[in-house]
Amino acid sequence: MIPNSVAIVGAAETTELGKIPELSQIGLHADAALNAIADAGLTVRDIDGVATAGHNSTEVAHYLGIVPKWADGTSVGGCSFMVHVRHAVAAIEAGLCETVLITHGESGRNRVGVLGRPVFPSQFDAQFEAPYGVSIPPSRFTIPVMRKMKDDGLTEEQLAMVAVVQREWAAFHPRASFRDPITVDDVLNSKMICWPFRKLMCCLVTDGGGALVLTSAARAKDLRQKPVYIRGAGESAETPVVSQMKDFTSSAAFRMSGKLAFESAGLKHSEVDHLMIYDAFAHLPVYGLEDLGFVGKGEGGAFIAEGNTRPGGKLPLNTNGGGLSYMHSGMYGMYALQESVRQMRGTSPAQVEGARVSVCHGVGGMFAASGTVVMTNDPG
Amino acid sequence: MSTTDRVVPTPTPETRHYWDGAQAGELRLQRCNACGDAYFPPRPFCPECGSRDVKVETASGRGTLYSYIINHLGAPGMKPPFAVAVVALEEGPRMMANILECEQTPEALVLDMPLEVTFEKITDAITLPQFKPAGAPK
Ligand SMILES: [Zn+2]
Repeated sequence: MIPNSVAIVGAAETTELGKIPELSQIGLHADAALNAIADAGLTVRDIDGVATAGHNSTEVAHYLGIVPKWADGTSVGGCSFMVHVRHAVAAIEAGLCETVLITHGESGRNRVGVLGRPVFPSQFDAQFEAPYGVSIPPSRFTIPVMRKMKDDGLTEEQLAMVAVVQREWAAFHPRASFRDPITVDDVLNSKMICWPFRKLMCCLVTDGGGALVLTSAARAKDLRQKPVYIRGAGESAETPVVSQMKDFTSSAAFRMSGKLAFESAGLKHSEVDHLMIYDAFAHLPVYGLEDLGFVGKGEGGAFIAEGNTRPGGKLPLNTNGGGLSYMHSGMYGMYALQESVRQMRGTSPAQVEGARVSVCHGVGGMFAASGTVVMTNDPG
Repeated sequence: MSTTDRVVPTPTPETRHYWDGAQAGELRLQRCNACGDAYFPPRPFCPECGSRDVKVETASGRGTLYSYIINHLGAPGMKPPFAVAVVALEEGPRMMANILECEQTPEALVLDMPLEVTFEKITDAITLPQFKPAGAPK
């Protein structure tokens, strides 16, 4: 991909966030889509490419009245939207379409009109994991962490600090679900979910959606929003069954996706002003910091606990409060992208002064998949 | 643990030998004749080198506790709290299991402790390979 050839020109979340019993899943997609298209100063007629996950892309296109030239239904969990951004850049560069809409909508809390997750016997999960009593993500995503604690010295207190620091960021955001300060003791004394994970180390379950509109950098110049350029991107996948991760202390998918993103962007880590790392659970920012190369192996927990990622720290991380405090519908990646866009536009309630480069890193299907987007407001 | 509400695996043609083995009280792995790697979960080719020249063999049944959680949420047919573990097998591959005949506490479940395979019949057709502390009484 060519750095800065494509820009995000429209970005919005659903009108409401949190508890939205009056909209079904497709309704959340549409609400977010119409908000993002309006944000771009465009109309539905201007959209000729559609990408979505968790819902059929053709269904979303039809619901909105779009006959697309390009559709992408890549659905690899919560990082699907980071992957869509990468695919959209490729499609726009190749001339397959001109203006892409990426949508997310999920009735995670109220479960209005949702799709069930398919389970079939030939999946490794159905034969070799589910019979042992793993089910919802807190019982799966967390399984490698005891190994990381022993091998890399990650502590329960450091995991708790991830939640504490992100709550500090959430306090800036009027739309965050949880904004009151918490302490390490609060986290460690919250309800045990799956040892060593307590409730406050686990993400929220809420309703919401978000959408992005992307077009060529040339066209972006004439539109109403300050363009947020896609400087680089990466994606990868490792394993849909967490027991078969090659290394429990590091994600191969994170490492590949991050490497591709930095190489395509042609940037050094020291040039990154703002970072989002999908945090369905408190250990993910630790893995992300290490696997993306912001800190050395085994240093992520201490880096966060020492305050480097909190407001005023040298590497602001998850400045919306993350999936732990802002919102988490199930496929959270879209909300991380939204906060990166706000930071690059200079409009975040937790604005990092002068931020020019934002890295937004997602994970999907436990440690199955990954996507990373590097954004900048500097056309270069 | 009740046997009725559990998630019951449905063997496929590619995994039938594994489940037949468990039914017969054997933990079966596959090994590649081309590169020599043992691997799991079952498939009719080697995930390391792609060779279809593979065989089924009986594992030693010895392993160590690689990582785990203690599930306090419960699962169909299983009463919390119970450990969901990943066992590092002596032959190299890792697999998920519960740790039977052991207290389900962080104090009793110590990483890298030696384990040995045991078998838990959950229906007439399906027996799950499980693990217990090595040397635990029958
Ligand atoms: Zn081989």
